Amino acid sequence: MVDIFLTIMGRDLKLAYRRWSEFANPLLFFVIVASLFPLALSPGQALLQSIGTGVLWVAALLSSLLALEGLFRGDFEDGSMEQILLSPAPFGTVVIAKIAAHWIVSGIPLIVLVPVVALSFQLPGEALATLAAALLLATPTLSVLSAIGAALTVSLKSGGSIIGLLILPLCSPMLIFGTRATDMAANGEPVAAPLYLLAALAVFAISLGPLAVAAALRVGLE
Amino acid sequence: MKLPRWFHRFGSPPYVYALAGTLGPWIGGIAVVLIAAGTFGGLVLAPPDYLQGDSFRIIYIHVPSAYISMMAYVILAVAAAIGFIWHLKLAHAVAVSIAPIGASFTFLALATGAIWGKPTWGTFWQWTDPRMMFELLLLFLYLGYMALRAAFEDRDKADRVSAILGVVGVVNVPIIHYSVIWWNSLHQGPTISRLDGPTITMDMLAPLLIMIVGFTFCFAWLLLSRLQGEIVEREYAARWLRELVGESR
Repeated sequence: MVDIFLTIMGRDLKLAYRRWSEFANPLLFFVIVASLFPLALSPGQALLQSIGTGVLWVAALLSSLLALEGLFRGDFEDGSMEQILLSPAPFGTVVIAKIAAHWIVSGIPLIVLVPVVALSFQLPGEALATLAAALLLATPTLSVLSAIGAALTVSLKSGGSIIGLLILPLCSPMLIFGTRATDMAANGEPVAAPLYLLAALAVFAISLGPLAVAAALRVGLE
Repeated sequence: MKLPRWFHRFGSPPYVYALAGTLGPWIGGIAVVLIAAGTFGGLVLAPPDYLQGDSFRIIYIHVPSAYISMMAYVILAVAAAIGFIWHLKLAHAVAVSIAPIGASFTFLALATGAIWGKPTWGTFWQWTDPRMMFELLLLFLYLGYMALRAAFEDRDKADRVSAILGVVGVVNVPIIHYSVIWWNSLHQGPTISRLDGPTITMDMLAPLLIMIVGFTFCFAWLLLSRLQGEIVEREYAARWLRELVGESR
């Protein structure tokens, strides 16, 4: 089972490496959206500082929507998903491996990039570590939810417009606790509670989410 | 476990169609009577609130519709799960029929909340209110469910895919609920379901409870009539339906 996990994840990582622009674009999109906000709002430093956290989290959420279309589509269209499903490999493991690979190429860069951009919003230094920690706990949940959205729409010709409608409401708890943790850290308050809740959401999503993804992919392949 | 014989009938479209046709008017009648009684009690018999005056009376629409909006989503998800697990087409038909009704009640809860908010909080829309936020997210869940269904041409596939979404959604509903409550609170606390008994006088409470029961019957009535329509749409080529239409012609 570990073999299958590593094989599938290695394959997906290699594919991502060969088509790296597909995963770089959402990050670029994130930076652009984050830099549009200061342009759209009045250029007061205090205002930017107070809304910075929320802007960054929402921009990160939106940018992750761009990366998720390709999560299963390539495999679905060239038939490899069907072959994987027919193989004796446990499908749930395959799904977890694919989600893990997706998290590595789309989640980890966000964990690095968001605090850097946060620096430009004058977020205090103490908050940056918390922001990175909150992202580390939130991005796995985000990857699982993205996978659910991608799997539900995989057999549609263009699922892009609908995925946001399915996924974003489900992301709201993550958004709430993530921004709350960052804000509390910026005010010098203890941040354990929201981080624990983010971790709980991640454990919950990782343990149950792949089942929904696997079921949705099976239906998509019918 | 051996299922009782009558249970199987609920998988048969003609039986359910006929049952919905028989029960519908009765349930609808009860709904009309209860809602009329509750409206009279709420608008005429209940005393005005010492703080909010008469404007509190919108509670008689607001609370029942908020309650139905949540209950409907749970029923939708349970029906969808039954349909998914046991490949029961009628369960899918129930889930499909619920979605627009649930979305409408959610909208009604939001709209009455906004109208009530104006004289009470001084604003139609309060972004910082957790329960309003929750209802809004619930509305998005309903709309997402309906949008996903509409995107599929094949009805079987739409049934199965949207069933998964429904179950994922209902697992998330409590999480969303509690996260928005912990997020911030401006909405008044619960008044009916408190451990130390309700803090609302009986004159005000009785019509509210009648309204809640009335709205539940109204929901069941709407559901049954939509279910009939859904069955006709799914079974339009079936012989029993042709015979039924032929007979009544």
